[in-house]
Amino acid sequence: MRELLVGTKKGLFVLRGDGPDAFEVATRAFEGDVVEFAIRDPRTGRYFASVTSGFFGPRVMWTDDPLGEWQAAKGPAFPEGTDTSVDRIWVITPGEADGVLYAGVAPAALFVSTDGGASWSLNEPLWKERIAGDWQPGFGGLALHSICPWPGDPQRLAIGVSAAGVWLTEDGGASWTTGYTGLVPRYLPEEARAGTNTLCVHNMHRAPSAPERLFMQFHGSVYRSDDAGSSWNEIAEGLPSGFGFPLAIDPADPDSAFVIPLTADADRVTPEGKVRVFETRDAGGSWTARGDGLPRDDAWLTVLRQALGRDGEGSDLGLWFGATSGEVFGSADAGRTWATVAPRLAPVTSVRAS
Amino acid sequence: MPVVILRAPLKDLAGGNRELRLEGPDIRAVIRSLESSWPKTAGWVLDDQGRVRQHVNVFLNGERVREDAKVGPDDTVHVLASITGGS
Repeated sequence: MRELLVGTKKGLFVLRGDGPDAFEVATRAFEGDVVEFAIRDPRTGRYFASVTSGFFGPRVMWTDDPLGEWQAAKGPAFPEGTDTSVDRIWVITPGEADGVLYAGVAPAALFVSTDGGASWSLNEPLWKERIAGDWQPGFGGLALHSICPWPGDPQRLAIGVSAAGVWLTEDGGASWTTGYTGLVPRYLPEEARAGTNTLCVHNMHRAPSAPERLFMQFHGSVYRSDDAGSSWNEIAEGLPSGFGFPLAIDPADPDSAFVIPLTADADRVTPEGKVRVFETRDAGGSWTARGDGLPRDDAWLTVLRQALGRDGEGSDLGLWFGATSGEVFGSADAGRTWATVAPRLAPVTSVRAS
Repeated sequence: MPVVILRAPLKDLAGGNRELRLEGPDIRAVIRSLESSWPKTAGWVLDDQGRVRQHVNVFLNGERVREDAKVGPDDTVHVLASITGGS
C-alpha cells in the first residue's frame, strides 16, 4: 500500500493505493485552507502539514493518524521584537538527531524543533545573516524552501533560499557560510552579477548515498555540486528549458536527478504543451525525457516547487507529481511509464509519498 | 546619450532593438523617450504614476535604481523583468 500526501489550495488529500492507477482519496483534511506542504516523518510515523488559512494565517499541524484529528504545533513564530510574522511555511524536513525537525518559512528563516515537531524556535544566527545581507524576494516571496540534512551528521545542513542562494552550516546552525560559487544570475545585467546575493534558488536536494553531491533547480538553469554545496556546475544542456521548480533524486543513485522544466519565468507551463519529466543518470551530462503515459497534446501544465515527490529507489523508484490544474500523475518504475493518479483535485502545491 | 539595453518582451515591443540611445536627464525621462519612440512600450515599465513597476528592474551602470535616478550621456541603463514577477 502506497500513500501520497497531496497539498492543494483547498486542503490536504491523502491518497492510498497499490499503484499509479489504483489510488483512492482516503481523506481530505483542512477543507478550504491552503496546504502548502505535508510530509510523514519516517522515523516516527508522525504526519506534518503546513496549513495557511486565508483568515487566520499559517501554522504547522501534526497527527499520528491523518484520518483522525490534527493538533496545532507551538510555532513557528518569530520572537517578539523582530517586528516580523511568518507568512508561509514552505517546507518541513526531518533532521538527523532524535526529535529534530526543520521548517523553512517566508520571510526566509529556519525554524528548529527538538521535540518531534510539537514546538519550534528560530535559528537566530541565520536570521542575523538575513538582516545583514538585505535578502531580496523572488516571485513567491522571500522563501526558505529547501533543507538538506547530511545523513548521519546532525551538525551539517544545506539550505536554499529564493532569492538569497545557498547557505551551509557544519556546526548545527551556530554559524553559516554561503555556497554561491558558480551560480550565474542571468536575470541581472552582467555588470551587476559579481558579488550579488540575489541568487534565486528554486529547489535543492542532496543525494543521500553521496552527501557531498547536491542538485539544484535555479531560476533559469540546473546545477550540480560535488563539494557539499560550496560550488556549482551548470548542467542544463539538453533540457528544453532551464527554468522550473520541482526536483527529485533516486536515493540509490547519486548521479540521478529528475526535473520538470517550464517554458520560462514569463510563461510557466510545460514546454510545447507536453508533460515530461526529464531524467539524468550521469550527473547532468545528458537528459532523457520520460513521458510515456503523460499528456502530450495541448497540455499546458504548471508544476510547483514542492509538487514532485518520490518513494522507493532504483528500479522501484516511485515518482509522483501534481499540477495546478488539479491532476496528479505517478510512476512506480522510475519514470519509464506513467499513469494519472487523480484527475481532478484542487490546484496542487505539494506531493510527498510516505 | 545613454545606452538603454532591453530584453524580451520589451525588446520585441521596441522593434526588436536590444540597444537604443535615448535622451533624458533621469530614468523616468529616458523611459518616456523610449515610449515616445516605440509607443508599444508605453505603460510596460512605468506605472500610472510614472514609477518603475514593482516587478521591473532598472539598472544604471550595474546599480539597481528608481525612476528619479540621474542619467549621464555615457551611462548604460538595463531594463529587465524582475525575479519577483512572472505568470
